Amino acid sequence: MAQKQVTDQPSVQELIAKSSNKKQKQLVEKLIPIILFIIASISVLTTIGIVLTLIVETIIFFKDIPVLSFLFGTEWYPFANKEPAFGILPLIAGTLKVTIIAVIVAVPFGIGSAIFLSEYASDTTRRIIKPILEVLAGIPTIVYGFFALTFVTPLLQQFIPDLKIFNALSPGIVVGIMILPMIASLSEDAMSSVPNSIREGALAMGSTKLEVALKVVVPAALSGIVASVVLAISRAIGETMIVSLAGGSTPKFDFDVTGSIQTMTAYIVQVSSGDAGYGTTIYYSIYSVGFTLFLFTLVMNLIAHAISKKYREEY
Amino acid sequence: MVQSLEKGSNTLNGASNIVYNTKQLNLWYGNHHALKDINLQIKENEVTAIIGPSGCGKSTYIKTLNRMVELVPTVKTSGQILYRERNIFDTDYGVEELRTKVGMVFQKPNPFPKSIYDNIAYGPRIHGIKNKKILDQIVEKSLRGAAIWDEVKDRLQTNAYSLSGGQQQRICIARCLAIEPDVILMDEPTSALDPISTLKVEELIQELKADYSIIIVTHNMQQAARISDKTAFFLNGEVVEFDNTDVIFSTPEDKRTEDYISGRFG
Ligand SMILES: Nc1ncnc2c1ncn2[C@@H]1O[C@H](COP(=O)(O)OP(=O)(O)OP(=O)(O)O)[C@@H](O)[C@H]1O
Ligand SMILES: [Mg+2]
Repeated sequence: MAQKQVTDQPSVQELIAKSSNKKQKQLVEKLIPIILFIIASISVLTTIGIVLTLIVETIIFFKDIPVLSFLFGTEWYPFANKEPAFGILPLIAGTLKVTIIAVIVAVPFGIGSAIFLSEYASDTTRRIIKPILEVLAGIPTIVYGFFALTFVTPLLQQFIPDLKIFNALSPGIVVGIMILPMIASLSEDAMSSVPNSIREGALAMGSTKLEVALKVVVPAALSGIVASVVLAISRAIGETMIVSLAGGSTPKFDFDVTGSIQTMTAYIVQVSSGDAGYGTTIYYSIYSVGFTLFLFTLVMNLIAHAISKKYREEY
Repeated sequence: MVQSLEKGSNTLNGASNIVYNTKQLNLWYGNHHALKDINLQIKENEVTAIIGPSGCGKSTYIKTLNRMVELVPTVKTSGQILYRERNIFDTDYGVEELRTKVGMVFQKPNPFPKSIYDNIAYGPRIHGIKNKKILDQIVEKSLRGAAIWDEVKDRLQTNAYSLSGGQQQRICIARCLAIEPDVILMDEPTSALDPISTLKVEELIQELKADYSIIIVTHNMQQAARISDKTAFFLNGEVVEFDNTDVIFSTPEDKRTEDYISGRFG
């Protein structure tokens, strides 16, 4: 009985030949690339659109303000009634102060944590800490901003009495804390992808764990580590909420980190949330500042890309 | 140079020419009893081959000799391994010190992703040699010692991974020679190599014997017969037979040794 049933059934090959979804499949196979291409084009076109808008409005701005006085001007008084000044250097100074402080905080701690996680921590510790780092990276920046203004600044004032309510130091440190998980997590990825056989080779020569970490693993993972730092820097440059809340709105071209500053991003926020009339120089100035900002982050991203390509080590 | 002087005085003093004396060694991976009551004496300036079927504990044994096996967290050991008459399991015996004396060449070539030069200079550097001239000499001497100098002398600054597998393995041997160890452990060093590279490494081992004591794991019976002075046959974590290589390969005492060598099992 059973045997007969089996022989009654058509073979699998016959079933496949009969199946009706062949045409349908072919159609889908043809359509899918087209649909995906359209989707991809939309995102590329959007980006191009944004950049074009930036460029067009920036060009209009430069009809009012000469390029050179924008690029090299050390005074930024857009709201002055008599003689407004549009020299971007004070805004760049603000951005750089915050970024440099952030890097000073984030790089040692970030790479230190990455070395700990990849070379010293047990599997369990790593499994607990990595997700926490990723959660930290997901905290909305407004929360960090509040943290800077209401906690870090008063704390720092205990040690630096001269510190103003709005300053570069506190947002700098907090931006550093914000980008730290990113450096730690990406660097850890780079280090733990160094094969164990290489670590064993070093250990078998009488290296200590620290020597293995610093002289073998870190150099082997250098491209990933540097790329993570560069990406983190470009996030610090573009960071807006923290510096708007805790940095102040006094663009100054100097090296002081205890007084109020203004970064490029904070200026854009200030103007966008105020009521600069459409078509005024101030209105166009946010595009020129935005474009400058874009160039900064673009350069950082290009550097990151070039580095990870150049130092891609085969192992 | 230093190496051979040391060696000379050692033999002259009549100091024991036993490098490694393993006494009642047992090792467990968790509950798995991987080495059982191992007793082996390894002499200096000899090549000792370790043979046996897959999973019998050969790698475990030689990784115990430089305590690399302890990288596996579940490992427990009992018994003693005396290296130059000192128990390597003594709590005050630093693994770094041991591994500086006992080099290791792995089954798969594992050079560092650095230049050829930096690969060889790595060991001397971490052990405190900074003088560029001395390093240059060490690098050349080690590469010559590993019979690869002529192939790489014009590209010492290129990445070691740009070399072929056989060349990489000889770089790893050179890296090991650079700190002039006392013993070299080799775990199937030619299993990833083609016959010509294998031959080169085998010749090399013969030459290195003059200055070093070598312990080599191999699956290749001919290789063991060709290059070793002593052979230990491992089976299921035990040493079945340990004797002069010609004895093991011509008139083994144990039936199991004979069966394994003649390819009747394993
Ligand atoms: N890290 C480990 N954890 C648990 N058990 C292990 C581990 N490494 C090896 N073993 C076990 O110990 C025994 C001996 O392994 P070992 O690697 O020493 O064998 P081997 O003789 O070198 O074999 P092969 O010739 O295949 O390399 C095997 O049963 C293996 O499964
Ligand atoms: Mg093995």
